Amino acid sequence: MTVTFADWITELANWVFLLIAIPTVVAAFFVVTAKNVVRAVLSLVITLAGTAALFLMLGAEFVGWTVVLVYIGAVVILFLMGIMITQSPLTSSTELSQPMSMRTPAILLSVVLFGVIAWAVIVSFGAEGIPLPDEATRTASIGEAMFTNWVIPFEVVSFVLLAALIGGITLARRDPVEEGEA
Amino acid sequence: MFASLTPMLAGFALFAEEGEHEVHAGDGGWLAEWAWMIVVVPLVITFLIVFFGKRSPWKGWGMATFGMAFVAVYGAVLAWVNLDEGILYEGAIEIGRIGSFTLEWGWVVDGLSIMMYFLVGVVGFLVFVYANGYMKGDVRYTWFFASFSLFAGGMLVLVSAPNLIQLIVGWELVGVSSYLLIAHYWEDFDNVDAGNKAFMVNKVADTGLFIGAIIMALSAGSFKFSEIFETMVGGNSTLAQFGFWAGLALFIGAMGKSAQFPFHVWLPDAMAGPTPVSALMHAATMVTAGIYLVARLFPFYQLPEYGGDVSMIITIIGAITLFFMGLLALVQNDIKKLLAYSTVSQLGYMMAAMGVGAYTAGLFHLFTHAFFKSLLFLAAGSVIHAVHSNNMSDMGGLRKYVPATFWTFMIGTAALVGLFPFAGFWSKDEIIASAYYNASEDPTAAAWFMVVLSIAGAFITAFYMARAVSLTFFGKYQGHGEPHESPKIMTVPLIALAAFAAGTGLLNAPGLTHVFTDWVTVRAFPIMEHHFEAPSWGLIAIVTPVVLIALAIGFYLYRPKQTQAERDEFSIPVLYPLLEQKYYIDDFYMDGIVRPTMGPIADGTLWIDENVVDAVPNLVAGGAKHTADAVNTFDQRGVDGVFNMLSAATGATGGFLRKAFTGRVQQYAAISFAGVVILALLFMIF
Amino acid sequence: MTIVQFVLLGAALFSIGLYGVLTRKNAILVLASVEVMLAAVNVNLVAFDVYLGDTSSAGQVMALFIIALAAAEVGIGIAIVLMIFRNRRTADVDDLDVMRY
Repeated sequence: MTVTFADWITELANWVFLLIAIPTVVAAFFVVTAKNVVRAVLSLVITLAGTAALFLMLGAEFVGWTVVLVYIGAVVILFLMGIMITQSPLTSSTELSQPMSMRTPAILLSVVLFGVIAWAVIVSFGAEGIPLPDEATRTASIGEAMFTNWVIPFEVVSFVLLAALIGGITLARRDPVEEGEA
Repeated sequence: MFASLTPMLAGFALFAEEGEHEVHAGDGGWLAEWAWMIVVVPLVITFLIVFFGKRSPWKGWGMATFGMAFVAVYGAVLAWVNLDEGILYEGAIEIGRIGSFTLEWGWVVDGLSIMMYFLVGVVGFLVFVYANGYMKGDVRYTWFFASFSLFAGGMLVLVSAPNLIQLIVGWELVGVSSYLLIAHYWEDFDNVDAGNKAFMVNKVADTGLFIGAIIMALSAGSFKFSEIFETMVGGNSTLAQFGFWAGLALFIGAMGKSAQFPFHVWLPDAMAGPTPVSALMHAATMVTAGIYLVARLFPFYQLPEYGGDVSMIITIIGAITLFFMGLLALVQNDIKKLLAYSTVSQLGYMMAAMGVGAYTAGLFHLFTHAFFKSLLFLAAGSVIHAVHSNNMSDMGGLRKYVPATFWTFMIGTAALVGLFPFAGFWSKDEIIASAYYNASEDPTAAAWFMVVLSIAGAFITAFYMARAVSLTFFGKYQGHGEPHESPKIMTVPLIALAAFAAGTGLLNAPGLTHVFTDWVTVRAFPIMEHHFEAPSWGLIAIVTPVVLIALAIGFYLYRPKQTQAERDEFSIPVLYPLLEQKYYIDDFYMDGIVRPTMGPIADGTLWIDENVVDAVPNLVAGGAKHTADAVNTFDQRGVDGVFNMLSAATGATGGFLRKAFTGRVQQYAAISFAGVVILALLFMIF
Repeated sequence: MTIVQFVLLGAALFSIGLYGVLTRKNAILVLASVEVMLAAVNVNLVAFDVYLGDTSSAGQVMALFIIALAAAEVGIGIAIVLMIFRNRRTADVDDLDVMRY
């Protein structure tokens, strides 16, 4: 059903949405422009937290908490570990982004991409509304879906994880010879 | 003097009796059917000598002489049968067709041909026997007899020919063997030149022969003699129209072979060959081929509507030849050249006889001349063999050293000058009588010209022969060493020939015997001529003293005691050099014809050949070469260039494009995303 | 709540993440930017899932998968960056330009 602007403003959910979305975007912006590596990664945390909040708002509880657990809990830690091991400069540094000659086309590209997608969406959907669900999505139904419709992708993903596990260990271990040098 | 001649002239009119000679003849039976063997045997023997001669015991001489003996015997038998009952036969095998003309190989057996077979056989046999001794030790002994056999075969092909084509084949065969034999001693280039001269002069005259044959065949419709004469009997307007030209052209061919003026120049030079060759070919047989041709075509030349006009030309040429060539014999120092000019002169007699219509007289003189002239040549050869020199200035007084040769030479001389009762007396006087008869019947300037010259010729003949005999056999020997007589194998043929020279005259003594006439007039088409029933005593009364006076003057002038210096006082200032240079005819031929042809004409022809005739092939070749070059260039630069350019362009493009691969992932990502965006936009818009 | 706002949010995050991928020099931060992009995708998926009211929750399941795979990918990525750092003592992507012309 089409939503008018008046309807949209007066709905509380939209204010909450804005309250969550704006920091998310700003944080994402910081991720890509911060001069401090640690600040970038921590901004990533905020971005991910924002997405998690949005999921909760939409009623996708399981996905939201999984984001928090996996993304923020493990991936970001991985990032921080990576920063540590690669001895990136922990203080502000201008060495983190490409020079302007590289950035200009990227800016252009990003803007254009955003424009294209926005235009596509607005043309397609206009002001159609999403009725918020009465209740949150039940985890059981997700589990059901996963193990009936999506069982094969599920197994494949588990294989991928296994491969990533083994690969990661193999890649990152030190060779016995190198131990003496390092 | 002339006043007393008139009653004599009146008396001459007595014996004029015109008439055709009746011809009755059989067909000769198996003798005539197998007569082709006469022609084939010498030719086969030629091949045998070429391949097996060197290995045979007599080195080819035996085979060659056997061939001639075969021909002589067969010819004699045929002559006997012809005399008895007459033979008229013509055998032929068809070998092809050209358009409407049939080509035939045949053999004629009639009076004329039988006479020639007999002549070639007998004289040939005797000369071959002689040649065994003369050519002994020669480097090319076997090849000599092979060529000689070839000549005999060729001559027989000629005289047995029933048509013009075969006659020409024989003509050319004889010409070739003449060339081979004249140049037998080819280590000396002069001899080769002599051979070339003989061949070339004959070739020039042969153009007349070919043209004449063609005109004759096209007008009469056939090459065969019998068919030509048949159309004449029936009346052939085409032949009548062109008859003069055909006859004249054929006569020119005859002039070449029989050394008539002005084609006589080759015969004296032909003496460069061995003496047996001179004796057989250039005295008895080959040179008589021209006379034979005229005799064979006699009906054609006699009838006024066909070839009759040519007869006058024949007479004039013959008369000129007999007198003026005789004069040249007077100034020769070389005994063979002297005899050569004598031969040319006698051939003039024979040809002129044909011209005035004296068929039998001319052939009779041919017959007797063959014997005594070959005798004279062989005897001269014997003398040369003894003295090792041709020049009479190296001889003298040989009568003591070479008696057999001397006596036979004397007999031959007597026959030649026409002393009673030797052969020449009868034959030459018959010619002169016929000439007189012709002049009295048909008084033209040419006819009287002939009579006067023939009598003068008799004078000259006697004169130069007296000179020759005196210089050679009398007086003191001028050379060094001791001349020796020739071996028996050479002297026996001389004696045999002397017997013939002495006796053959009696074959046709007018009023007494007419064996030869009967013999030779056995022809398919009757010969129209005058026959003398009695000797013309008036003529004998004129000619014999002339001859005797000439002999006397000759012997006196060249008597032994006289030296050459004294004789030189008698030389007539202008005439002598003229005679010595042979009337400058040879010089004229050389500078006027030969040198220009060898020089400018040959160069001109070469230029035309190289520039005009070769122009087209050269153009084509040049064009092809240029085309090939162009194609090559196109291929090298054009086609290859395209490929080179393509590869260079690919290289350049690659070199340019690879700069995009910086190795920087972000750049790749940027470009990828840009592409995605553009695609999305496109999807959106369209 | 309109669907457009969520998709726009997702687009914005995606674009920003893209900018970060193309711009950042530090390999770790590039990976972080990739994470941002993946987060945007997740937002998109879940939003559409809720919008469409899918009973099988396909969108959410897919989002879960993406999360799992993203985690695996980051793990491997960090491991690779570690290897590179060990060999070259640098984490700068500009220095990794060996595969050039």
